[in-house]
Amino acid sequence: MNKIPLILFAVLVVFFVVPMLKGKDPAILESVMLGKQVPEFSLPAVVKGKKGFSSKDLRATPAIVNVFSSWCMECRLEQGTLEAIGQIENIPIYGIDYKDTPEKLAPWLKEHGDPYTAIGTDTDGHVAIDWGVYGVPETFVIDAKGIIRYKYVGAVTDEVYRAIFRPLLAELRQ
Amino acid sequence: MIVDLGYGALVLALVFSLLQSVVPLVGANRDKKKWMLFGRRSAMALFVLVSLSFGALMYAHVTSDFSVKNVFENSHTLKPMIYKISGAWGSHEGSMMLWVWMLSLWGFGVERAKKIPLPVQARVLSVQGMIGFGFLLFILMTSNPFARLFPVPMEGMDLNPVLQDPGLAVHPPLLYTGYVGFSITFCFAMAALMEKKVDAAWAATLRPWVLAAWIALTLGIMSGAVWAYYELGWGGFWFWDPVENASLMPWLAGTALLHSVAVLEKRNTLGNWTIFLAILAFSFSLLGTFLVRSGILTSVHAFANDPARGIFILVLLTVAIGGAFIFYAFRAPQVKSGAGFSTVSRETAMVLNNVFLFTFCVTVMMGTLYPVFMSALDLGSVSVGPPYYLSVLLPMLVPFALLMGAAPSLAWRKGSLEKLSIPFILTSMTIVVLLTLPLHEKPLSVLGFGVGGWIVFATSYNLWKKISLKLPRSYFGMALAHIGFGILIMGITATTLWKEEKILWMVRGDHVIVAGHDIAFLGTHKSEGPNYDIDTGIFTVDNGYLTPEKRWYPADEKSTSEVALKVENFNLLYLVLGDQDKDQPDRWVVRIYNHTLVLWILLGALMMAGGGFISITDRRRHE
Repeated sequence: MNKIPLILFAVLVVFFVVPMLKGKDPAILESVMLGKQVPEFSLPAVVKGKKGFSSKDLRATPAIVNVFSSWCMECRLEQGTLEAIGQIENIPIYGIDYKDTPEKLAPWLKEHGDPYTAIGTDTDGHVAIDWGVYGVPETFVIDAKGIIRYKYVGAVTDEVYRAIFRPLLAELRQ
Repeated sequence: MIVDLGYGALVLALVFSLLQSVVPLVGANRDKKKWMLFGRRSAMALFVLVSLSFGALMYAHVTSDFSVKNVFENSHTLKPMIYKISGAWGSHEGSMMLWVWMLSLWGFGVERAKKIPLPVQARVLSVQGMIGFGFLLFILMTSNPFARLFPVPMEGMDLNPVLQDPGLAVHPPLLYTGYVGFSITFCFAMAALMEKKVDAAWAATLRPWVLAAWIALTLGIMSGAVWAYYELGWGGFWFWDPVENASLMPWLAGTALLHSVAVLEKRNTLGNWTIFLAILAFSFSLLGTFLVRSGILTSVHAFANDPARGIFILVLLTVAIGGAFIFYAFRAPQVKSGAGFSTVSRETAMVLNNVFLFTFCVTVMMGTLYPVFMSALDLGSVSVGPPYYLSVLLPMLVPFALLMGAAPSLAWRKGSLEKLSIPFILTSMTIVVLLTLPLHEKPLSVLGFGVGGWIVFATSYNLWKKISLKLPRSYFGMALAHIGFGILIMGITATTLWKEEKILWMVRGDHVIVAGHDIAFLGTHKSEGPNYDIDTGIFTVDNGYLTPEKRWYPADEKSTSEVALKVENFNLLYLVLGDQDKDQPDRWVVRIYNHTLVLWILLGALMMAGGGFISITDRRRHE
């Protein structure tokens, strides 16, 4: 009886240590959504002059879906790279604005860059849950059939683009 | 110079913590009074040294000494003074310093408490020294806040703007006071295992420490919820985020501990269970502080991750928690336990209370750690959201609340349920009234108010019946805290289920009705602030005015919103002036929220903490 907590704790420690020993970078969270269709959703517009979007928009061409928020510090680091990706790769970038205060968004985009084709607001975070989002920023790569091919956790910097996104997008185009 | 002194003091503190973990313990085992007394001197020295060190860090922040890397990364000369000060604990290194400072402060508290028997005190301080040693080592090896920068930069990088908020200047210190407070109960548990003795006197010594930590944690969680509410601004106050859960778990374990300590004190039973809960509460506090930082759990709150820190933290947690549970596994069977009791009695109610709280705690833990399990088993990454917590916790809340209302009127050892008829009638009446009203989400509303009402009625009625008896002050504390919990439940129910919000374009002269308030937009008025332009929206609400502002800072090209609030019977109506239509300047986006009874949540939490305060002043004597 008195040894139960010890045993449970030992099990817990194993679960913590295993991913570390495997050398997993905790920043890489594989998604159960990989290889699946994007979840059904429809997100309303939030910024003037920019449409919202829904799952239907993601079934025509390859696309990038970026989950971000104006209160997220790391998101600031990736706006420039995302803008560049959109231009170089000629791929639409959709933004899911996660649990944000709507009026803070427009000035934020003005300051840090606006790479988005369309931005939908996910005020209560329900759509993000369907996507398996654990935090912001997270970036998904969707193929032409609307299947999630990749998920990146953290800011998409120039290095990340060169190492991961460029080869992946080239592959998708073939 | 002062910065170097701060660093030196920290190193010296490490030495003292090492001595403190050994000397008093040996003294207690060999019955050497002078060695035991060293624990007290050392606790005092530790407090002074860590205070000096923390003070030096704060000084560096206040004077914007950018030769210190931590200051450079988190401060800026133009930052208001309050954020320069709070910046001292805004970063990872600074928050670790705050943690250790709290630890030394609690240690100092134990040193001051003259009523604790010397051998117990020596053992408590010794275990505390071990914890302090671990964390001081962690700071010095992986998170030195006094690391220098060369060449010295002219200007700092500024504290994360989200953290520049009065709420966040208060929230972490309160939360940490609670987390670290449970280190003392942990130390007491270890001391009891060493002495192989738990009894009523031990529980009486422990009780104020549990209460103090619990109060701080309650207020800490509350301040976090308040911050989330007004800063994030769509009426949410709790998101079941891993970091929030991390603070809820020690709170649940601590609440269970609070009740089992009471049983142990009154009836001299549940000794081992109390020790277990004391270990558990601190283990969760450690997890709460460090799990997020180790990078194992990713969350919206996540700070920068560093693998070296992660591994150090894991080793530290494993040694502290694992060590405690190993000790518990072998020593607990040798600790004597007390007498039995009859089925319908307050003891049974308290045991059930503990079962519930423990189950809540495990539920939250499963939800929080589930993604970790999945990832370890290569089943992919997932996140667990509010639906899980609500579907598991809500059904358990009902019997828990029934019990909570009934328990105080049950006598120790043997009780009866007759005294509960009047509260039962009152609750039924409330439910009937609610059923006749046109409400949103009727079944859940009735459930929430039935449950909350029952707790309030049963507790108040019981208090009223007993008021002629000479009740101890702690009884009033208990009653206040329980009533507060009932009010909290009703506040959460009303705010979540009955909130109304409208986001709309309004042109001068437009009317809208939200939650029975007639709101008319009379237009905007332009004026100038010190370094910003103001557009003031003028609205009539019923018979009064509300004037939310939109401020534009040309230098930063940023705008902020000053919300306008109308408080009425614990409800909050709040108005936000959003964007202006570029083509039609008299057309504005207006956001209107009505949160019913949202202030009950605050009131309930304050009553719970207040109940704790009243209880703590009850100085019972155990001859």
